[in-house]
Amino acid sequence: MAQPQATQKQEALAARLAVLRLPTSGGWLSLARGLAETRLKGMGLPGRRDEYWRWTNPAVLIAPEPGPAQPYDARDEVPAFDAIDRVKLVFTDGVFHAAASDDPALAGVEVSRLAEASARDVHWAHELYGVLEAAGQKPVERPLAALNSAYATEGVLIRVTAKAEKPVHLIYNHESEVSDAILHHCVKVEEGAELTLLESGPAAARCNMVLEVLVADGASFHHVRTQGRDHDRQAVTHLFARLGEGCRFKSFTLTANGVMTRNEAVVELLGDDAVAHLAGAAMGDGDFHQDDTVFVTHDAERCESRQVFKKVLRNGAVGVFQGKILVKPGAQKTDGYQISQSLLLDEDSQFLAKPELEIYADDVSCSHGSTSGAIDDTALFYLRSRGVPERAAQSLLVLAFLAEALEEIEDEAIAEDIRSRLEGWLNRRMG
Amino acid sequence: MLQIKNLHVKLEEEDKQILKGVDLVVEPGKVHAIMGPNGSGKSTLSYVLSGRGGYEVTEGSATLDGADLLEMEPEARAAAGLFLAFQYPVEIPGVGNMTFLRTAVNAQRKARGQEEMSAGEFLKVIREKAKTLKIDAEMLKRPVNVGFSGGEKKRNEILQMAMLEPTMCILDETDSGLDVDAMKLVAEGVNALRSPDRGFLVITHYQRLLDHIKPDVVHIMSDGRIIKTGGPELALEVENNGYADILAEAV
Ligand SMILES: Nc1ncnc2c1ncn2[C@@H]1O[C@H](COP(=O)(O)OP(=O)(O)OP(=O)(O)O)[C@@H](O)[C@H]1O
Ligand SMILES: [Mg+2]
Repeated sequence: MAQPQATQKQEALAARLAVLRLPTSGGWLSLARGLAETRLKGMGLPGRRDEYWRWTNPAVLIAPEPGPAQPYDARDEVPAFDAIDRVKLVFTDGVFHAAASDDPALAGVEVSRLAEASARDVHWAHELYGVLEAAGQKPVERPLAALNSAYATEGVLIRVTAKAEKPVHLIYNHESEVSDAILHHCVKVEEGAELTLLESGPAAARCNMVLEVLVADGASFHHVRTQGRDHDRQAVTHLFARLGEGCRFKSFTLTANGVMTRNEAVVELLGDDAVAHLAGAAMGDGDFHQDDTVFVTHDAERCESRQVFKKVLRNGAVGVFQGKILVKPGAQKTDGYQISQSLLLDEDSQFLAKPELEIYADDVSCSHGSTSGAIDDTALFYLRSRGVPERAAQSLLVLAFLAEALEEIEDEAIAEDIRSRLEGWLNRRMG
Repeated sequence: MLQIKNLHVKLEEEDKQILKGVDLVVEPGKVHAIMGPNGSGKSTLSYVLSGRGGYEVTEGSATLDGADLLEMEPEARAAAGLFLAFQYPVEIPGVGNMTFLRTAVNAQRKARGQEEMSAGEFLKVIREKAKTLKIDAEMLKRPVNVGFSGGEKKRNEILQMAMLEPTMCILDETDSGLDVDAMKLVAEGVNALRSPDRGFLVITHYQRLLDHIKPDVVHIMSDGRIIKTGGPELALEVENNGYADILAEAV
């Protein structure tokens, strides 16, 4: 007989916690971790029968041990964002690698390691660590994020007080075939300040990552990440963002390969005239399951949000999109847009989408759309008739399909880096 | 030289014969015009020659300078010198006109073992050619044909032809949708390309295009065959009397 769902969720949690140890940090962080653990215990771990996990089986993400994943041999590939002048902070299998990192001295930017946070006085982080995650547990539970807040031992706390002159780049190397990383970052962009945060790499065989971002009035946060090309890596990420008045927030994610990826984004627009753009490009070939789950809440006037998620799938790859725009009462003049599209390169691949709008204000303009399609044969023939070889023509059309998502990357040099990575992927896969 | 012999083509999906024995030779330096009622198979002929899918050749042959076109991929036909200006140019959102053309020019050069054109050189050449066709720089940056007017799309086809410098140019109703001035521009663009080693096959319904691009030979196509071939006067006859007499005479 099937067990009641709640029991299953608790049993899964007990099995998971049996191989974890609550870090003994002391101070405010211990308190935050304790609260997170309590939240977690109230929920248990997600199961297949949860509505929110209907299309993505959480089994490998909740299992006590990760599935083994070989580090990808990138050979002569140029590392991500290599041509960008930036401050590098390196983590290997989820552990900070000081020798490989730059000195994070950057005017207007304070960087602390989570591992040292309780010793140092990073009081601003008290109001952030686990706080946005906790708020993000409603109306939908996100137990893996609570697990992260409770058990993360590494991560960075970044406070930005001016316009950062360079991007900060978190590099996640993966060396051990069985590593299981839990990373938790907090970013606070103070009033009028600006930061570009880059992230790249798989981090570990399995990685659970939380990024909490507070963008104060008039501040800007620009986020671009690539999740690494390791075929068997598993990842669950949560991005929690809270936006103040007139601020700008942009986040773009490239997912190419990886057997399992669940990227959740929870964004609250709390100040008037704020702008939030979330975009993603996913490239899957074969054993690939990638899920973008996005929840954008409008709780102020005249805010704009955009969700642009594109997936290119072949050889049985599966893409999932669950995206919601919630417009709260009083959030008048909201401009909300959401598009999720897949390009299916064959009939074995699959795209599952659940776009949702929930609107409680009367003067808003919200639109959403979701499509699935194949490469346009007419366009393909047109290109070939001009002498472009079939594979190159296909690549051009795939890049064209992704263009709307790539346009969300503001910096041209960073966009070019992402584009060249995509071209590389296409050349290897389709060439 | 384009040589088409007894070409029979049916639709791949249906049992519908569209070309029923086309014979045609276009020599270098010559302009051949094809006229004919709607649905007679003119566009089908141009598509089959350029390698579009969905058709099945059941009989006959088509060669360009001796090479069997029907065995080649579309891109190889292009590299061999064949160019089709589409009756309905295709919109490709997300692919910039400039990127598209540079990729095409360099792919053809590569296929022919020639050196690729540098970005600088390409820019210089395309600007010059665009100017003579009154295509402004802003249009070059836009996605291929997206948001172009009917006439702009046709001019863009001629720009592509000018950049690719093919040896066998097929123009499928390039005059349709063009205003009087644009027609002149397009005709000038075509005439500028006329040379002793380049052949043209101009599909049209109207004499006015042929006033500007003077044909050496005019063919009338009907129901999948060339039913009559003559000089420029044949086009005038169609213009004045329509097809009725020619069709009746052919039966
Ligand atoms: N893919 C297709 N499916 C069904 N019928 C087709 C297809 N392609 C062509 N045909 C038919 O074949 C015939 C010839 O079409 P085609 O477009 O070659 O004519 P055309 O001479 O170019 O006409 P027009 O002067 O109107 O451009 C028409 O009856 C058309 O309906
Ligand atoms: Mg036609």
